[in-house]
Amino acid sequence: MFGSFLKTSQVKSPWLLHFDCGSCNGCDIETLACLTPVYDVERFGIINVGNPRHADVLVVTGTVNQRNAVILKNLYDQMPSPKLVIAVGACGCSGGVFREAPNVLGGIDKVIPVDVYVPGCPAKPEAIMDAVVTGLAKLKGILEASK
Amino acid sequence: MARTVIPFGPQHPVLPEPIHLSLVVEDEKVVEALPTLGYVHRGLEMLAVKRDYNQMIQIVERVCGICSMIHSLCYCQGIEEMMGIQAPRRARMLRVVWSELHRLHSHLLWLGLFADSFGFESLFMQLWKIRERIMDVNESTTGNRVIVSVNVIGGVRADLDEAQIRWIKDTLIEVEASIRSLQSTIMNDATVCKRTRGIGVLTQQAAYDLGAAGPMLRGSGVAQDMRQLKYAGFDELNFEPVVETAGDCWARSTVRFRESLQSIDLVRQALDKLEPGDLAVKVKGKPEGEVITRVEQPRGECLYYLKGNGTNNLERVRIRTPTFANIPPLAAILPGLDFADVPVVVLSIDPCISCTER
Repeated sequence: MFGSFLKTSQVKSPWLLHFDCGSCNGCDIETLACLTPVYDVERFGIINVGNPRHADVLVVTGTVNQRNAVILKNLYDQMPSPKLVIAVGACGCSGGVFREAPNVLGGIDKVIPVDVYVPGCPAKPEAIMDAVVTGLAKLKGILEASK
Repeated sequence: MARTVIPFGPQHPVLPEPIHLSLVVEDEKVVEALPTLGYVHRGLEMLAVKRDYNQMIQIVERVCGICSMIHSLCYCQGIEEMMGIQAPRRARMLRVVWSELHRLHSHLLWLGLFADSFGFESLFMQLWKIRERIMDVNESTTGNRVIVSVNVIGGVRADLDEAQIRWIKDTLIEVEASIRSLQSTIMNDATVCKRTRGIGVLTQQAAYDLGAAGPMLRGSGVAQDMRQLKYAGFDELNFEPVVETAGDCWARSTVRFRESLQSIDLVRQALDKLEPGDLAVKVKGKPEGEVITRVEQPRGECLYYLKGNGTNNLERVRIRTPTFANIPPLAAILPGLDFADVPVVVLSIDPCISCTER
């Protein structure tokens, strides 16, 4: 019974971890803007947490470079399964304008599996919220399949 | 008491960006702080050899999303100087309008994050709510909320009509009233003062010697602001740098608070001085020679060195950003602090890591 309660709450109230992986701040401040009164994702039960061990959804902005690839993999591994990864912005999807820069490896799917891609430079808060909702439908499917 | 090393970052709830500090603590006191950078380094200065000088505008805008307009303004000014052209007056005034709107939203964003760093969640929410009004202005006048992309070499690409100017002025009246209603909380509230007054003091001499920039320098009593160079349309506007003398976190937040009100005033002045005219001049030829330009970002002085060789690609772009200048003063004020004050002091320099590492 406790297991089914956990499964329900993971979809109804997902906790979100945000990691800036070499973005220009544009997508970061849009992700943060989602948490503030005008967009307010907390009304959907979404809370921003600082500890990867508490998080269900990993929101990554920006490109992967030689140095933070290890950190990103580390954060992903610390999160409990099942987990969602959302790549925010053109940089997170493919490397964006920086894809030919010398220190850039590319989009974050080079390092960890991505569930939802959010286009835009920077992505609008509405798009980020939509991505979380889309991702949760996918998470629900995974949880139901594992019953 | 034995020394312990506590890692701070690169992923930390109080920082939206990755920076790593190794804090050496004795008991609860910090004795040494060693910063490690490189988590956001993309190497975009090197892209100058792959992209032509017009495409580089889009690249330099993405040095930092928060002050993107001011980066491209600095870059365009440099290229214009190299090619010997000057943007029309209307374009220069419009550049002031958008750059000051950027400063305003950046300062509100920072004041919010600063409040969050000492746990004042409701103030954070209030400030970000006010900030959304500025984002609406950006979106409806340029088409994008954050990276507005208005600068082109020789002028600007977007214009304001009469109705938009009226609407911006009306919005600014409401924004100013909301900011002023928070003045006593930010400057005089007992809990805020307890966490900020006398914390992380940087003396005037130390600020000067260590090469601090922007509100960090002005919070320590040095009246230096790159807008005194009268770039863009600032030559026709009334402007005095905002200075505080205490040098602590409180002084830095007060400088930014007063500057956000000053930005509103500058936007109004620039809108009043708008006269009908061209938006951009025609650009002929290729950039050749070298040039250094400076502008004032929300975080301080930003310097661009550009070198062209008469082809489509620039030979070298070098960007020196204010947060880079503010890291040595930060490393100097951290020793001796309580461990709990570290997030507050780190945020008080308004760190913009993506600027620093590019």
